[in-house]
Amino acid sequence: MDGLLPELEVVRKDFPILERTLAGDRPLVYLDSANTSQKPQCVIDAMVDHLENHNANVARAMHQLGAESSEAFEAGRDTVASFIGAPSRDEVVFTKNASEALNLLANTMAWAGDHQVGEGDEVLITEMEHHSNIVPWQLLTQRTGATLRWIGLTEDGRLDPADVESLITERTKVVSLTWVSNMLGTVNDVADIARRAHAVGAVVVVDASQAVPQMPVDLQSMPADSRPDALVFTGHKTVGPTGIGVLWGSRALLDALPPFLGGGEMIETVRMESSTYAPLPHKFEAGTPPIVEAVGLGAALRYLGDVGMEAVHAHERALTAQALAGLADMGGVRVLGPLDAADRGGAISFELDGVHPHDVAQVLDSRGIAVRAGHHCARPAHARFGVQSTTRMSSYLYTTPAEIDAFLEGLEETRRYFGVTGKVSA
Amino acid sequence: MTGGQDLDALYQEIILDHYKNPLHAGLREPYEAEVHHVNPTCGDEVTLRVHVADGVVGDVSYDAVGCSISQASTSVMSDLLIGKRVDDALAVHQEFLALMQSKGAVEPDEDVLEDGVAFAGVAKFPARIKCALLGWMAWRDALVRAGATTVDNEGAR
Repeated sequence: MDGLLPELEVVRKDFPILERTLAGDRPLVYLDSANTSQKPQCVIDAMVDHLENHNANVARAMHQLGAESSEAFEAGRDTVASFIGAPSRDEVVFTKNASEALNLLANTMAWAGDHQVGEGDEVLITEMEHHSNIVPWQLLTQRTGATLRWIGLTEDGRLDPADVESLITERTKVVSLTWVSNMLGTVNDVADIARRAHAVGAVVVVDASQAVPQMPVDLQSMPADSRPDALVFTGHKTVGPTGIGVLWGSRALLDALPPFLGGGEMIETVRMESSTYAPLPHKFEAGTPPIVEAVGLGAALRYLGDVGMEAVHAHERALTAQALAGLADMGGVRVLGPLDAADRGGAISFELDGVHPHDVAQVLDSRGIAVRAGHHCARPAHARFGVQSTTRMSSYLYTTPAEIDAFLEGLEETRRYFGVTGKVSA
Repeated sequence: MTGGQDLDALYQEIILDHYKNPLHAGLREPYEAEVHHVNPTCGDEVTLRVHVADGVVGDVSYDAVGCSISQASTSVMSDLLIGKRVDDALAVHQEFLALMQSKGAVEPDEDVLEDGVAFAGVAKFPARIKCALLGWMAWRDALVRAGATTVDNEGAR
């Protein structure tokens, strides 16, 4: 199969959990990487080494371990900056996850400042967003009297071009959209939306939680007018640990926004009456940050960088194409989102005629195959397509073609189990 | 834990039968209370009505979308509870709740639960317990809202 990682077997050996066998001595087939990815040994080792040998608080501890810990933490920031091609490492803010990064932006835009959103202003999102890129903006618009609008979806799961044309207006203050849909797999033309939004003076926020793990992202190489003003992702989907997320924001945006959380390390001088604030990135990092998580995330992104994101992307596309072809052959399967692997991400959400997604996932689980069932934190997108929930399979750099075959066989078995036999019209 | 045998323990014939042919489905009049419950992690939903007259559960009607476990459980529940005195129905509710919370350690009482005993296997699948309880919790909520019981803590008879 074209596009597979040439060193796939070596890559797999880097992920100890893939050795797991489950009930009935079945090997784990992990197809839930869009939910969270597995971790390579080097990430686990980096975190253990930090805790065993270098642990201390950062920036405030004036001893040797403090210096080592601070250096390791800041090295994690350097790695993140270089992995996404951030114009400056000071524009990389660590949060606890992508949700917090989005909430940081949506909260600080409610407060006095250059980007304050108020009555008459509009915030524009899309119908394919994860709940974490919907709810913070609902809260913002409800609190400020601004209006929330959203770009609808076409039947094949893309942003409706008519809405893109008509909804970005002089009233638009913020456009926040996902780069790659966690449910539909759609890859949005972020550069085009950013250009249109910038033309009306809006701030552009990109949820890259599914994009950064799967495809090369190089902010610096994007022309300034089509580069987002902020981009967020989470560590645990990029083979890194939970408990750490990333907010990249242009210096112009982050300097203009007021602080989010107040506390230690985000200050310059504190007096009882008022305080002045630390420069970027520390202005947005109140309290002891996720230190060992930053070390782990750094190791994770170096690992992905060594494998090569072009190669990871090609691998994902090859497996996605295999899965889409298998599902199409099966009949009685409805895939939501684009059907061509060339222009989509690796998450495939589908309905299997006659069997509820929970039951699909349960039968697959009994065969050691881990998928997700439900609305994948994208209920509005499900509602758009008139479905209550779907089953979602999502591969990653350690997934093999044999695992996709096992998944497809598992679906056939699911249908037999629930007495849905023969080909049903697709 | 979740091999083929356990799968059969989960998906009893009774459950699959109720799933394919749910009893008492559809929303009906009269009713004193209507509730809408969801399982936020997976999106299963039920709209459920209760009709109580003279201390008896006159009707339980519902419109539900969800998996085999949640659909079958709501079907079994409505069939069990319709026609029972409210007190007796609450006792059945309590028995089912105890079974679901038992982690598989409790032998279900077939005299009380009838087809409901088929859900004993569900208790061993923590992720599915909420599915099995969706309709039951909705019924209990509706009963309280209908003013048919003043007991609003789940554990009391």
